[in-house]
Amino acid sequence: MPAETRCESGIKEMVEGIVAETGSARSDLIPILLRISTECSYISEEAIRQLSSCLRLPESEIFAVATFYHMLLTQAHGRHIVQFCESAPCHVAGGREIFQALKDLLGLKPGETSQDDRWTLFTTSCLGVCGIGPVVMVDTDIYGHVLPEQLPAILENYR
Amino acid sequence: MSIIRSLVLISHDPESKLLGSEAIFAAFIEQLHHYDLQDEVSVSYATDIGQSAASPLVIIYPEAVIYGPIKPEDVPLIVEEHLYKGRIVEEKRAPTKGLSGKVAWLPVRKGSNPAENRIVLRNIGVIDPESIEDSLNQNGYEGLAIALTMSPEDVIKVISASGLRGRGGAGFPTGMKWGFVRKAAGAKKYVICNADESEPGTFKDRMILEGDPQSIIEAMLIAGYAIGASEGYIYIRGEYQLAIERITKAIQQAQKIGFLGEGILGSSFNFTLHLHSGAGAYVCGEETALLESIEGKRGEPRTRPPYPTTQGLFQKPTLINNVETLANVPAILRNGAAWYHGFGTESSPGTKVYTMLGNVNVTGLVEVPMGITLREVVSIYARGMKKAPLKFAQTGGSSGSIIPASLQDTPMDFDSYRTAGLSLGSGALLICDDENCIVDIVKVLTNFFRVECCGKCAPCRVGTQRMYTTMTRITEGKGKMGDLEELELISDTLTNISNCGLGETAGTPVRDMLKHFRAEVEAHIKLGICPTGICPMVAEVPEFV
Repeated sequence: MPAETRCESGIKEMVEGIVAETGSARSDLIPILLRISTECSYISEEAIRQLSSCLRLPESEIFAVATFYHMLLTQAHGRHIVQFCESAPCHVAGGREIFQALKDLLGLKPGETSQDDRWTLFTTSCLGVCGIGPVVMVDTDIYGHVLPEQLPAILENYR
Repeated sequence: MSIIRSLVLISHDPESKLLGSEAIFAAFIEQLHHYDLQDEVSVSYATDIGQSAASPLVIIYPEAVIYGPIKPEDVPLIVEEHLYKGRIVEEKRAPTKGLSGKVAWLPVRKGSNPAENRIVLRNIGVIDPESIEDSLNQNGYEGLAIALTMSPEDVIKVISASGLRGRGGAGFPTGMKWGFVRKAAGAKKYVICNADESEPGTFKDRMILEGDPQSIIEAMLIAGYAIGASEGYIYIRGEYQLAIERITKAIQQAQKIGFLGEGILGSSFNFTLHLHSGAGAYVCGEETALLESIEGKRGEPRTRPPYPTTQGLFQKPTLINNVETLANVPAILRNGAAWYHGFGTESSPGTKVYTMLGNVNVTGLVEVPMGITLREVVSIYARGMKKAPLKFAQTGGSSGSIIPASLQDTPMDFDSYRTAGLSLGSGALLICDDENCIVDIVKVLTNFFRVECCGKCAPCRVGTQRMYTTMTRITEGKGKMGDLEELELISDTLTNISNCGLGETAGTPVRDMLKHFRAEVEAHIKLGICPTGICPMVAEVPEFV
């Protein structure tokens, strides 16, 4: 079943399947949300509703947890997520210029999605690869020692 | 039976992976078959040896030759010359300059790099982290075997006698903490490894988890035996995908051999280990927030007391130790407390792993005895400043101290730093030259706290935001002298009445800035200039993230 169908009309089965595999204790909530977020690219309202009845937890409680963690996305976003590390080690290594170039190139501010739905730009805290700062992450790929002139070529890899 | 005469290690950390380490691995396999050497040469992955500039690296034993940076197309030459004909390919060797002290586990040779004391990083880059056999060949699980012949109380005595102190930042005596949990009432107890390493600039724990995962499992078993726990959790931050994969595999292998499960090594000790992935929240590195997160809640720090040692995970007594702290434990059991005192200073024995970052020639990890000075780290291991002289270094991620160049000769150990009013933090050393503007850096640091604040308590929620807007105003040339008093007030308030460590340390960068670099900040306000020319000094379009 394609991801769109599974995450929309098939969301009930999907959530039930994940709960069956992961467990239905309170401590399983975050692993479950991580899986939904990965498989559907974000956690929709409907997914929270289904999860609420599976786990017998209030929707508000699940929403409160989902919005607390950066890696759990509760909003639809572009096909590719560009994350820029705004922590001090990358900043010192030339991050300021990269961030400016990235914003100009995409025509986006942090948190915004492009009109063609191709990009969403986020800032992130340290990704733990500071030896190669400044760091830009596109989806799950990390690019280090990035120079402003390399950005177009990097972004070209993602349609 | 085949006799292996050479061993090829290929660095396989995320950086090397991006640069094609998998293609290099495949090329080696193909070329070895081409020369019919596949039975004589073993090829393995290893984490990198802490050096970014020369990645991906290929290390060939027994000659201990390090090649790097290597591309897949270099492999045929290396196989033909080195492995087939036995001639070292000089032009592909990694530049010595680029390697810092990361090869200290080799016999020290003339012209080699400065030696480190590697205890926790001892196996990093030497073993295949996905093979428990490799770990066993390096005395893995020997510490556990020794511990199981002793009484739990005696194990705690050894750890106490070693003087090991927590490496997560606070420096609390590890043996004492173990003793608290041992003595806490209740049959059910937990051991937790805090691997939510999120301090900006710190990646020592990632390297340990990726490079020597079995050492952490072994240490958790020893801790579990000592405090009387039969269940443990490793909480790894969600961003560390490779570490999560490696620990998952390591747990499976340890279960298969019987290091995890029931009746471990023929004793009556049972232990199960779970891995819990974080989901992206800096505050979860705070131990009570971490507990909330494992329990499936928002990672908001709890009010203390009660402390986790009496009421921790699921309200049971819980021991929480940092990855680096735990990585010391097997070595202490193997070699004894007296041996451990042979490193470092009297009050802070042992070694510390630092990440060297910023405007220096060599960036990466270094493990050195406690008590070394910043000047020594910069000049010996980081090979000096890149362009301009040292202005300051920032320790321990965002919550660490700003050390001005004038204090660079303070020994880096817990007590000397406390006396000097500094904090060692998590071991990140962001080394900045005098082309950096202190106001600009502190603005970035306060932005970090503003973003990562969990919002539970008002001083932190309001204070971090207020600090950030004030700092931004100063960089835009709109600061007032009164702002400095307000910054001091906020900083003190944060330290005094915040609920957790995040808020308590959030004001440190601002306080250190005003203590050591007040004139530079005042120049921004009184003269309307940024002496280093970094700050815009005009209003930028506001961004609400």
